[in-house]
Amino acid sequence: MDPETTLRRTSLHAEHVRHGARLVPFAGWEMPIQYRGVLAEHAAVRASAGLFDVSHMGELEVYGAEAEAFLQEMTPNNVSRLATGQAQYTALLTAEGTFVDDLLIYRLAAGRFLLVVNAANTAGDLAWIRKHIHGEVQVRDLSGEYALLALQGPRAAGILGRFLGKELQDLGSFRFTMEPMDGSTLLISRTGYTGEDGFEIYLPPAMAPSVWQRLMDEGERDGLVPVGLGARDTLRLEAALPLYGQDIDMTRTPLEAGLNFIVKLTKGEFMGREALVRQKEEGVGHRLTGLAVTQRGIARPGYPVRVAGREVGVVTSGTHSPTLGRAIGMAYLPVAHAEPGTKLTVVIRGNEVEAEVVPLPFYRRPPG
Amino acid sequence: MVPEDLKYTREHEWLRMEGDTATIGITDHAQEEMGDLVFVELPAEGDSLATGKVLGTVESVKAVSELFAPVDGEVVAVNAALIDRPELVNQDPYGEGWMLRVRMAGGGEDLMNAAEYQSYLQDGGDA
Repeated sequence: MDPETTLRRTSLHAEHVRHGARLVPFAGWEMPIQYRGVLAEHAAVRASAGLFDVSHMGELEVYGAEAEAFLQEMTPNNVSRLATGQAQYTALLTAEGTFVDDLLIYRLAAGRFLLVVNAANTAGDLAWIRKHIHGEVQVRDLSGEYALLALQGPRAAGILGRFLGKELQDLGSFRFTMEPMDGSTLLISRTGYTGEDGFEIYLPPAMAPSVWQRLMDEGERDGLVPVGLGARDTLRLEAALPLYGQDIDMTRTPLEAGLNFIVKLTKGEFMGREALVRQKEEGVGHRLTGLAVTQRGIARPGYPVRVAGREVGVVTSGTHSPTLGRAIGMAYLPVAHAEPGTKLTVVIRGNEVEAEVVPLPFYRRPPG
Repeated sequence: MVPEDLKYTREHEWLRMEGDTATIGITDHAQEEMGDLVFVELPAEGDSLATGKVLGTVESVKAVSELFAPVDGEVVAVNAALIDRPELVNQDPYGEGWMLRVRMAGGGEDLMNAAEYQSYLQDGGDA
């Protein structure tokens, strides 16, 4: 079977081609990896703004009289603290407390939630939810009904405000608003995956090309550029935002991944809680840890990490950090070797290259 | 962009032959395929090269590519500017982005001329 013919295209495919994107297969989709270049796109998001097509993400709707109670059982964060108009970062966990997926939950109404999940996990998440569903709850896959744009960077709020003809300064982080447009509705949330201020815009696929073009026009004077998945990865890694399949997966728990803020052990029973209570009591053995390579070389996923010649972990994500100008990475390391300043080495094509443990995130956006 | 006066390999390296010396770099097509280079690792002056053996590495943000020696010989110069400015390879692959200079001792029989490399690229350019 020719893989080219089986890849799905987003509603913005023609825009990507027009902007000179290099398109690559990603999670079953043909997605833009870069337009002008990863470094320029990365810098634009840090300094002004970038526009991403992330329509490959999955959207599942969970609704019904007992939807809140069901999601409370299925996720470690506290869904009852989520008001309508708010979004929450959380996870689906196994009974062992490990990741089925990480996701955002939006409360659309009292008994209606939108779960935004990783493209590669959408089918698996849906099956997982269906396997556990009970009571007055329904789930449906709405992935085909949403395109998703991410507008990210310090100039994002200004650009979006001009586009909407309405200031968005009051929309807080992890809050969303429903904005009518052209007889339809845009769901706009102050969320993102870059470490910058920014927004994600959920909209009908048929509207996406015109909204994309109008945002690009509106943002031109701010230096807005289209940004591909290549820079999305370097941006999210600098901000130490985990990527499912690399940094978190079905062998790792949120406590090991340093995502303690999504684990609310006192909220009541939920899937994986017992395992997490036990892990917390015993203490985690390994923790997702930041590394900076201090000699020449770039840490890549899969490269071994050694302390005093002995392998202690493996790089889960690693790249050249465009903002810091050096190589960074993350690895699960024994807690004894996870303290900032710890000297270690990364084995790069057979050579031990010096590195050290650094605090996460690697990059934090300047205040204001 | 395929300059007429150079020789080319299937791994998308170019050679500028001057007497028994060859200056070596990667082609415009190669840098375009790699994207922004952020790391270049080259041999040292005095190292000997054997055709087909790995002589160095170039890395973009996303990818690692090895460089293969296109000829036998001894390294007589390396472009040290690339250590701090690997982007020179993207900006000027046939000029300031040159990588090393070799005193040739043999090999190089399978190199392509510009027209042959051009048609190799049109056929997909897979070694």
